[in-house]
Amino acid sequence: MTMKEEIIIAGFGGQGVLSMGKILAYSGLMEGKEISWMPSYGPEQRGGTANVTVILSDERISSPILNEYDIAIILNQPSMDKFESKIKPGGVLIYDSYGINKPIKRTDIEIYRIDAMDAAAEMNNSKAFNMIVLGGLLKIRPMVQMENVLLGLKKSLPERHHKLIPMNEAAILRGMEIIKKI
Amino acid sequence: MSKEIKLMKGNEAIAHAAIRYGADGYFGYPITPQSEIMETLMAEKPWETTGMVVLQAESEVAAINMVYGGAGCGKTVMTSSSSPGISLKLEGISYIAGAELPCLIVNVMRGGPGLGTIQPSQADYFQTVKGGGHGDYRLITLAPASVQEMADFVALGFDLAFKYQNPAMILADGVIGQMMEKVVLPPFKARRTEEQIRKEMPWATQGKLKGNKRNVITSLELDPAVMEENNIRFQAKYRKIEENEVRYEEFMCDDADYLIVAFGSMARISQKTVELARAEGLKVGLLRPITLWPFPTDIIKKYASKVKGMLSAELNAGQMVEDIRLAVEGKVKVEHFGRLGGIVPTPDEVLDAIKTKLM
Repeated sequence: MTMKEEIIIAGFGGQGVLSMGKILAYSGLMEGKEISWMPSYGPEQRGGTANVTVILSDERISSPILNEYDIAIILNQPSMDKFESKIKPGGVLIYDSYGINKPIKRTDIEIYRIDAMDAAAEMNNSKAFNMIVLGGLLKIRPMVQMENVLLGLKKSLPERHHKLIPMNEAAILRGMEIIKKI
Repeated sequence: MSKEIKLMKGNEAIAHAAIRYGADGYFGYPITPQSEIMETLMAEKPWETTGMVVLQAESEVAAINMVYGGAGCGKTVMTSSSSPGISLKLEGISYIAGAELPCLIVNVMRGGPGLGTIQPSQADYFQTVKGGGHGDYRLITLAPASVQEMADFVALGFDLAFKYQNPAMILADGVIGQMMEKVVLPPFKARRTEEQIRKEMPWATQGKLKGNKRNVITSLELDPAVMEENNIRFQAKYRKIEENEVRYEEFMCDDADYLIVAFGSMARISQKTVELARAEGLKVGLLRPITLWPFPTDIIKKYASKVKGMLSAELNAGQMVEDIRLAVEGKVKVEHFGRLGGIVPTPDEVLDAIKTKLM
């Protein structure tokens, strides 16, 4: 069967939403998938909401912009308000409870919670947040192999940051441990 | 991997492709959403490898006039900007067209009018294909719909510009500029040597060598009789381009009852619309103009007698739709769907438009 995952990652600017999508995209590249990575590119980078649509597919990708998603990774309430209704029935919602203060209404999707903000604090590394979330995603939807994620990290990070790869790997593994089905 | 497959933004692909084409110079001024073009060129430092000049000018007007000067010397030169910056360049573009010089201009469109927004738009269609600057001139206009085409159209744009001694434009938008996709970059080509330029471009101002005639590059001609001759020559060239250089892509058009006509990012979105429509049993096809000028009039005319309706899907208030209506000569209903001011529609919005406007 050919695979295709249509993913939205949304949260505050500065949470590492775009770079998480980028690492996922590079991991897909290493895996030989077709890829599209479409960011919101407004002043979000300086606060406000940011989101990125990532598509990994075995086949040629038509639109980089979607009306519904297989998987939504939601990291704040404004993004939940915007994207909760746009998850395909039977699709996946992953959220960090830290940023969410309203109950989730959907009952026709798989819902997972990942306390990545807390885990990042425990790891004493707030920057590990987005990699913890990525780990959670890869646990429930192993769309790319771990070795390709590490290669993807290597490709997407400038060489001077390559020393951070082991920390990122640890964060991904931590995310795999703590994601919980609701 | 045998082929060098990279993942990058459309803007970055333009920069890499320019270096690899053997471009002599890039002159620009930063503006979102295309700033990565010059940023990538600056990071790549091609002046250390191929000898290509990369220069941030003091303004858009200065940049296009540097392109004018470089092109007059027979050099392979380019600039890039986004909508408000392109408006500033139009005087220079008209001069370059009037002086019959080759160059490449990239417009990564954003929402207007005025300073507008930095979000994607296709509202510069009229500006690009109907003139923009003053006088009876035409811009060869290529509309990429993928990061791969952003890379490929640098070579195509330069090739066409030199073939016809006419400026060419890559008309992209914020979606195509900012998105990352896989791309295979073209192989490196050497820059033309001064000798090659003298041989291939005898019109270029290369310094007057003994025995050569003096070359003058200008768009000025005060004698209206001669100026009319010049214009007749331009028009003959434009007809030749219209005959030879039309490019388009068809997607599930063969059995289509309804045809979407869309370019650039809207063509990508509309391709998904076709998939959604087909899943519902609706026979919808997509015709994607790749050259906006010359416009694929003949193929659209052909479909006018085969389909029940056409929808022009654009990120504007209805611009290309006029050229489609001219092409179909009233034979079929042609409607427009567009979002304005930087809003990009989703594929289902285009499908709804087909249902409400054409069915």
